[in-house]
Amino acid sequence: MNPRVAITGVGIISSIGNSVEANLSALLNKRPGISRVQNFATTQKDSIWVGEVKLTNAELVDMLGLPHSNNFTRTALLGCYAAKQAVQSAGITLPNDYRTGIISSTSVGGMDYTERYFYRYLDDPSVQPYITSHDAGDSSHKIADYLGIKGFVSTISTACSSAANAIMMGARLVQAGRVDRIIVGGTDALSKFTINGFKTLMILSDEFCKPFDNNRKGLNLGEAAAYLVLESEQVVKKEKKQVLAYLSGYGNANDAFHQTASSDNGEGAYLAMRKALEVAGLSPDEIGYINVHGTATPNNDLSEGRALQRAFGDSVPLFSSTKAFTGHTLAAAAAIEAVYSILSIRNEVVFPNLNFDTPMSEINLVPQTELVYRPIKHVLSNSFGFGGNCSTLIFSQA
Amino acid sequence: MTPQGIWRPSFFEEAVPIDSPITAAIQPSYKALIPPALIRRMSRGIKMGIFAAQQALDEAGVSTPEAIIVGTGLGCSEDSEKFLRTILDNDEQFLTPTSFIQSTHNTVAAQIALRLACQGYNFTYVNRSVSFESGMLDAMLQIHSGEVANVLVGGVDEISDHTYSLLQRIGYIKPDGVNESIKTSQTQGVNYAEGATFFLLSGERTAESYAELVDVHIINSVGEDEITATISGFLQGNGLTSHDIDIAILGINGDKAFDSYYFPVQEQLTNADVLYYKHLIGQYDSCSAFAPAVAATVAKHGAAQPILRWQGRPQRPVKNILLYNQYRGKDHSLLLVRTC
Repeated sequence: MNPRVAITGVGIISSIGNSVEANLSALLNKRPGISRVQNFATTQKDSIWVGEVKLTNAELVDMLGLPHSNNFTRTALLGCYAAKQAVQSAGITLPNDYRTGIISSTSVGGMDYTERYFYRYLDDPSVQPYITSHDAGDSSHKIADYLGIKGFVSTISTACSSAANAIMMGARLVQAGRVDRIIVGGTDALSKFTINGFKTLMILSDEFCKPFDNNRKGLNLGEAAAYLVLESEQVVKKEKKQVLAYLSGYGNANDAFHQTASSDNGEGAYLAMRKALEVAGLSPDEIGYINVHGTATPNNDLSEGRALQRAFGDSVPLFSSTKAFTGHTLAAAAAIEAVYSILSIRNEVVFPNLNFDTPMSEINLVPQTELVYRPIKHVLSNSFGFGGNCSTLIFSQA
Repeated sequence: MTPQGIWRPSFFEEAVPIDSPITAAIQPSYKALIPPALIRRMSRGIKMGIFAAQQALDEAGVSTPEAIIVGTGLGCSEDSEKFLRTILDNDEQFLTPTSFIQSTHNTVAAQIALRLACQGYNFTYVNRSVSFESGMLDAMLQIHSGEVANVLVGGVDEISDHTYSLLQRIGYIKPDGVNESIKTSQTQGVNYAEGATFFLLSGERTAESYAELVDVHIINSVGEDEITATISGFLQGNGLTSHDIDIAILGINGDKAFDSYYFPVQEQLTNADVLYYKHLIGQYDSCSAFAPAVAATVAKHGAAQPILRWQGRPQRPVKNILLYNQYRGKDHSLLLVRTC
C-alpha cells in the first residue's frame, strides 16, 4: 500500500464565507451564497444566479497587504487568500528547511482581466502589466511568490476536475518522497467568458440550481479558491503535527465519450470511483458520505447517478451535492468540496443537498436533504470535467 | 510537429535555423487521421497534438496507451481568442459553443483519448515552461510505482494572433522586421513558434526504445549563482558528478537577459558536448518537449548532428545526457537521459 498522506491545513474562500469556520457555519445553517453578479458588468446579469464572493478586487488587495500597483488577477487574489489561510492553519512559517511545493489549478486563469483589457492592451501601457497574467500558470506563480515557495510549482487544468487532479498529483509527490509538504487546490474567478460559454451550452439555470432533482434546469456558476496542505507521515511525526484527515484514495479516468457530455452509464465516473476505492483499500460499504459532483445539469446528475449505482449497488451511501450553496466553482470545485469532505469527517455531519424535491424519474436515488449527525470515517468526493475527465478523492478520519 | 515539418529520419539534415520573430509549424495533411468536418473545426493545436501523439504511438508500436498526459502553456489559445472576440465584439450576443468547448486547456488530451477510446488517466499541466516536464515527472512516477505500464506524454502550444502580438508588445517576442537567429541575436526578446512533441514512455525496454528517462527535477525559482549547485545536487541524487555528463542539451533561446543562466552550466559540465535546439523549433511554453527528442536521437545514433552543436568539444561515447531549460529565469527543469 502507498504511504499515507496527511492533511494538516485547509483554507477556503467561497460565496458562503471567507474562512473555514464561515463556510461550516453556512453549511450547518443551510445558508446558500447564491445571488446576482455584482462585481462586473455582464448582459447576463438578470438571467443567471451565481455564487459570487462579495469582495471587490481592491478589498482583496488590501486584505492581502499587496501594493496598490500590482498585476494580480481576481483568480490570483482569491488563490493567495485561500492558500495563505491553508498555510497558517497548518502552522507553517515559510520559507523553511522542508521541501515545499504547490500545485494549483484553474480553468481560465487570468481571463477576468484579459476580457477587460483585450483590445486596450495593444496601446495602453498602463494596463500592459496584466498581459503576462493571462496564462493559467500565472496565479500559481503569484501564490508561490506570495507564500515564498521556490521549489516545485506546477498547475493543472482539466476543466471542472482540475483541483482534484492537483490534489492527486500532490499526493503522488509526497508518496514518492519528492516533496515533504505540498499545497494543493484550485482557484477560479467568475468571468464573462465562462458565463457566456456555459450559456451557449444551455446548461445554466435561471433559478437556484436543484442537484439530483427531476426538474433540474442546469447549474449556477460560482467563484472560489481552496487549498489543502499535504504532508508526509515523517514530517507529521517529526513536527508532532495535528492531522485533520488523511487523503487515502484517488483515481482519474476518462469517459472517452464526448468533449463536453458525460456518457449515459457514467463509465468514466464509475472507473474513477473504483480506482479511488482500490487505492484506499476500502470496500464500497466503508464510505460514510459521498460529496457528489452534482452540478444540477440534466446530463451530469443522471450519468453520475448511474455511476453511483454501478459502484455501490443497492446500498448507495448518504450523498449530497453542495453546489446549491456555492455554485459550480469549476477548477476550484474539487478543492472546495475536499474542504467540505474534511469538515464532514471532523464534525461528524452530512451536509444537505438544497433545493431538492422530486427524485429523478430514471433512477431511484434520493440525496440527503437535511443535516444528519453521525460518525463518518471515509468520505468520497467526485469531480468531473469537460473532456471526459473524471476524478474521485477519498478522505479518511485521522 | 515543428517549423521544420514533422518528425522524420532526415529531420536534422534538412533543418534550417529560423530567424523570424514568429514562425508557424509546417502543417501536414491530417486526412488520414481526422475526419474532414473535424479538420475544419479543430484548431492547429488540437490537430498537431493528435498527429504527434499518433506518430509516437506508431513508432512505439502501441495502439492505446494506459495514460495520456499533455503539457501546454497557453492551451487552446486560438479558440479562446475566437470565443472572447465574439463576446466582446457582439456584446455577449450571437455566440455559438464550438470555440468555447474547444478552448478548454485539456482539449488536446481529451481529443486524443476520444480518438483512441482511451479511458485511462488523463491529465493536462499548464505551468508555463515546465508544463511538459510536469507531465514527464507524473508519467515517470506512475511507471516507477507500477501503476501503469506505459504513458503517452507530450507538449503542445499553438500560435494565436492576438496573444502573440501582445507578447511582442511587451518585448518577449522580437519585433516584426527583425531577422536574427539565436546565434546572431542582438535585440530584446526571442523568436517564437509553435509545435507539438509526444513520447511514449514505457516501463520496459523494447526493440524500439530510444533511451531511458532517468530523472526529472522541477524548480520554480533559482538564482544564476545557484544553478550549478542545483545541477550538482540533481546529479548526485542520481549517483553522478558533473564530469559524467557526455551531452548537455540546453534551452538557449537568444534572450541576452536570461541565456546567462546557461553559461556557468557549460563550464560546470567539463566533458559535455553542448547542444541547443530552439534555433530549429523556436520558443514556446512547451518547446522544451523537443529536447528529449534530441536526446533520444543522439542516444540512439551515438552522436549529435552538427546543426545541434552549440559549443564544439571533443566528442566521446554517449551515456549520460543532461537537459536543462528555463524561461526568463523562472520554471527551471532538469532531465537526465541515459542510453539504453
